[in-house]
Amino acid sequence: MAETKKKKIKVLVTKVGLDGHDRGVKVVASLLKEAGMEVLYLGMYQTPGGIVKAAIDEDVDVIGVSYLSGEHLVFTPKIVAEMKKNHLDDVLLVAGGTFPVEDIPPLEEMGIDRVFRAGSLTNTIVQYIQQNVKR
Amino acid sequence: MDNGPDIDEMVKRLFSGDRRATARLITWVEDGMEETHEVMRRIYPRTGKAFIIGITGAGGAGKSTLTNHLIRKFRDQDKIVGVVLVDPSSPFSGGAVLGERIRLHSHSQDNGVYIRSMASRGYLGGLSRATYDVIRIIEAMGAEIVIVETLGAGQDEIDVIHIAHTCLLVVTPGMGDDIQAMKAGIMEIANIIVLNKADLDGTNACLRHLNATLSATSFEEGEWVPKVIPTISVGDKPKDIQGMDELTAAIKEHQTHLQKSDAMDQVRFERVEHELGLILKDELQKLIFKGLKGTGKKKRYIENIIKGKDDPYSVVDKVLKTYIKTKE
Repeated sequence: MAETKKKKIKVLVTKVGLDGHDRGVKVVASLLKEAGMEVLYLGMYQTPGGIVKAAIDEDVDVIGVSYLSGEHLVFTPKIVAEMKKNHLDDVLLVAGGTFPVEDIPPLEEMGIDRVFRAGSLTNTIVQYIQQNVKR
Repeated sequence: MDNGPDIDEMVKRLFSGDRRATARLITWVEDGMEETHEVMRRIYPRTGKAFIIGITGAGGAGKSTLTNHLIRKFRDQDKIVGVVLVDPSSPFSGGAVLGERIRLHSHSQDNGVYIRSMASRGYLGGLSRATYDVIRIIEAMGAEIVIVETLGAGQDEIDVIHIAHTCLLVVTPGMGDDIQAMKAGIMEIANIIVLNKADLDGTNACLRHLNATLSATSFEEGEWVPKVIPTISVGDKPKDIQGMDELTAAIKEHQTHLQKSDAMDQVRFERVEHELGLILKDELQKLIFKGLKGTGKKKRYIENIIKGKDDPYSVVDKVLKTYIKTKE
């Protein structure tokens, strides 16, 4: 693999669908900024197509989706499908929020690289991203 | 052997309008990768034709909201639009929250709009160092209009004039009296002053101050006199804004003015002049620091300056004498 010269990790954080709880995603955005990352906050009510188009335009390393109203099993496959369609294979996909434990394996099977449940420590999130960005 | 990035392929894809190649090339430029020089060399001849609009003003004045409405106006004319949004980097962590794109939601699915958010990465002047090259990349992708939005600017973040053909300054009522409007700096670079949120208290007083300042300024025969356009925006739908037709007409008028006079050539000249100076400064600094690397000299210079044994001017003179031979 080519030597990585990338200086900054760029992360897109967003919410999808009609979920209007944005406190969590804003907190995570601030934490990632404090960890030295460039965080693109896309806001609420986004569509899978819009998220992936923004990820392409902005050349992000990570897409982070916040789920707080139980729509994770509905939207995740749509986001993954859009990413596949656009060959975003070097972009890490993570999710955060409230999930029943039994939903985590299916989410990972769908293509989410890592799920962070509510209560995850900042360091865990930051380190995971730093160690797992794909370029 | 390590396969470096395929510059040929990337540039070809850029010229064909490929968004991923565009995006990746911009990252190269932002990260100052060594391939940047070769990339810029190849795309430079394809640039310089787009019409560039700069939007500046204090944080919260409504720059992004206006950008959103402007994009729609140009999309209605079927123009391919590029947008560069600059937000500040943290001086402590180096991180940034890029939050301008959130206001451009209505264009999130439109393939005729390329939007890129960037952090300033410590560069002063309201832009990021990479902005100059990034605009050229977006031009090479095929954009006919490029809108450059600065970070929330104070009084002196005026680098946008080195880039834009038409500069909009967004102000709001209640930001100070006529003395503020008379000050040097950002007020002087505007070709069009947008008085946004013109439904707030103080709008009339603000309009009076701005117009009084402009009428007290002397303009030469044929020189552009900045226009003041009040706008009111309450949302991101076309019906949610007042003053947009007046604003686009003013932009068009300024564009015509530039084309009629030799002002366009002058703007082009100044843009290249500024670019040249920046690149020269960067490359010289890189070259000299590279030469000092490993010699321990840089550290010694700094320590001597701190101890009062030397000063930065003498050090720079010394260093330059070592590296640059002049005729005398």
